[in-house]
Amino acid sequence: MEHYLTLIQLLDSTVRLATPLLLACLAGLYSERAGIFDIGLEGKMLAAAFFSAAVAAITGSVWIGLLAGIAASLVLSAIHGVASITFRGNQLISGVAINFLAAGMTVLIAQAWFKQGGRTPSLMGGARFEPITLPFAEALRDVPILGPLYYELISGHSILVYVAFAAVPFTWWLLFRTRFGLRLRAVGENPAAVDTAGVSVVGLRFAAVGICGILCGIAGAYLSTALQAGFVKDMSAGRGFIALAALIFAKWRPWHALYATFLFGLFGALETRPDVIEAVIGMKVQGQLLSALPYIMTVIILAGFVGKAIPPRAGGEPYVKER
Amino acid sequence: MTLMTKFLGASAATALMAGAAVAEPALIFDLGGKFDKSFNEAAYEGAQRWATETGGTYREIEMQSEAQREQALRRFADAGANPIITMGFGMADPLSSVAADFPDTKFVVVDVTWIEGANIRQIGFAEHEGSYLVGMMAAMATKSNTVGFIGGMDVPLIRHFGCGYAQGVKAVNPDAKIIANMTGTTPEAWNDPVKGSELTSAQISQGADVVFAAAGGTGVGVLQTAADSGILSIGVDSNQNHLHPGKVLTSMLKRVDNAVYDALKAGENVETGVFTFGLAEDGVGYAMDENNASLVTDEMKAAVDAARAGIISGEIKVVSYYENDSCPALDF
Repeated sequence: MEHYLTLIQLLDSTVRLATPLLLACLAGLYSERAGIFDIGLEGKMLAAAFFSAAVAAITGSVWIGLLAGIAASLVLSAIHGVASITFRGNQLISGVAINFLAAGMTVLIAQAWFKQGGRTPSLMGGARFEPITLPFAEALRDVPILGPLYYELISGHSILVYVAFAAVPFTWWLLFRTRFGLRLRAVGENPAAVDTAGVSVVGLRFAAVGICGILCGIAGAYLSTALQAGFVKDMSAGRGFIALAALIFAKWRPWHALYATFLFGLFGALETRPDVIEAVIGMKVQGQLLSALPYIMTVIILAGFVGKAIPPRAGGEPYVKER
Repeated sequence: MTLMTKFLGASAATALMAGAAVAEPALIFDLGGKFDKSFNEAAYEGAQRWATETGGTYREIEMQSEAQREQALRRFADAGANPIITMGFGMADPLSSVAADFPDTKFVVVDVTWIEGANIRQIGFAEHEGSYLVGMMAAMATKSNTVGFIGGMDVPLIRHFGCGYAQGVKAVNPDAKIIANMTGTTPEAWNDPVKGSELTSAQISQGADVVFAAAGGTGVGVLQTAADSGILSIGVDSNQNHLHPGKVLTSMLKRVDNAVYDALKAGENVETGVFTFGLAEDGVGYAMDENNASLVTDEMKAAVDAARAGIISGEIKVVSYYENDSCPALDF
C-alpha cells in the first residue's frame, strides 16, 4: 500500500512536470506539421510566463494574466511568422532570435516595472491558478486503491493541466478529422499542391503558427502562475528544447506527443526520488546520472526504438510560388 | 560635453596619481544575478551601503555565461578599476590568470580561498558553522523526525552547506532522517524554481517537514512550495524570512554584504591574503526578525546560542566537507 502511494505521488509529480512539455510539444506539432520549424518554443514560453505573472500581479486576476501571456506569445509567433513566412527568412535563425529576445526582454521589463531584479512580486490568492478538486474527490478519498488514484493523481491539479490533456484528443481530431487539419498537414508536406487547389498557403501557415503561440502561452502561464507564484528569470529552464526532442520522439503525432512528454516527465519525477530508484534496483545511483538519464534515454530510444523519424517534407522550406 | 568632462577628469586623475584613491571600484556578480534574493543580492546590498555612506560610485556587471568571466575581469582591470570585487567560486580560474597580468590592481574574490596571487584578497565563509546552527533549529522544529536539504548546483560548496546542516541535525537528534537532493549539475540549477518545487514536494511525500534550501533562485520555488504545503523552510545567504512570513523558520546568513562593504571601504589599500569568516567573526549566523519570532522558541534560541559559543570556543567541532571531500553525517 505504501509503495502504491509512492507510485501515485511519483505519477502526480510526473503530471505536473509533463504538462508544460506537453503544451509546448503540441504547439511545436501544429507549427511543424504546417512546415514551419520552431525552435522558439522556449522563448515564447518564457515571455508568456513573464507576462502572465506580471499582469496577474498587477490586476490580481490570473485569467487576465493568462490572456496577457497568450498575447505575448502570439506577438513572438507573429514575428516568427512574418520573418519566416512572409519574408521567407531562415526559420531556425528566427527561432533562435526569439529565444534571445525573450530571455533579455523579460528580465529588462520586469526590472523596469517591478524593480525587484527581473522578477515579479509573489502572486497571492486570485492571481494564481489554484489546484481544483474534482467532484466526489473528498468523498472517494478513503476508497482503497481507486480513492488515492482519483484524489491524488487525477484530482487536485490546476485547470491548465486538464486543458493540456484535453488538447491531445482535440489536436488529433482537428488534424486528422477536419478539412482544416488535412490542409494544414498538406501545407507541411506539399505546399504547391495546396496552392494549386486554391487554398492560401500563407494563411494556413500563419494559422498554425498562431495556434502554436496560444499553446506556448498556456504553457508559460502554467509555469509562472500555477506551478510557481511568480516569474523568475530563465524559469523555463530549457523545457522548450526538451519539448522539441519529445516532438521528434513522437514523430509529429498528437497521442505519441502525450506519451513522449509523459516519459520525460517521469524521468524528471524519478530524479527527485533517488530513494525510490535505490529501493527498486537495489543500489545507489549518482544524482548526476539521474539528471543525464532523460538525455541518455532520448539517444537510445531515438537510435533504436522509434525507427526513422521523418519530419514533414516541406518543413523548414519557405514557400515560393514561382521561381 | 559630459564625455569631455570625463576625459578631462580622467587625465587630471592620472596626473594626480599619487596618494588619493581615484580609481573607481568594480563589482562582478555571479550567474545568479544581482537580485537573486540571496548570495549576489547580499553583495549588492553591501555595495549600496558603502555607496550611500560615502557617496562613492562603483561599476558593476552581471555574468550571463561562464565565458564572460575572464573578459569582464580584463575589461575592468584595463579600464583601471581598483579594487575589483568578484563573486563566486567560478571566478577562481579566470582570476588566477588575470590577476597576474595586473599586479598593481587589487582583486577581491568571495567564496574562493585556494588560488595563488599576491594582489588577491580571498574571502571564504565557514558556511558549515552557520548551517550547523540552522540544522539544530530544523531538528528541534521537526515533528516528523525528517528534515530536508535542497542544494542548487552540485558543487563542493553546496555539499559544504549540506554537511554542516546534517551535523547540526544529528547533534540535536541522532535518529533524525535527512533527505538531501541537488537540483542539477549545470548552472541552470541556480534558476529552476519549478524543479525546486518538485524536489520539495518529493521530500514532503517522504515525510520532511523542515526544508533547507541552499540553491539561489531555485530556492524561491522551494520556499514557495513549503509555504503552500504548510511546512517550514530555511532560507540562505540573505535574510529570506520575509518572503513568507511565519513560514520560514530562519535563514542561514552569510554576511557577504559585510565582506563587500569592508573591501569597498578599504578601497585600493584593501589587505590581500586569505580570510575566512566564521561564527566568531559574525561572518555567518542565523536570522531572527519579526517574521519568524513566533516560530523560534526560547529553548531553540538558547540551544543554538550555546552551540554557537561552543563552536567559537572550539568545544564543538563542525567537520568541513572540504577536509576530506566527504561528510560524516550525510552521504551525498
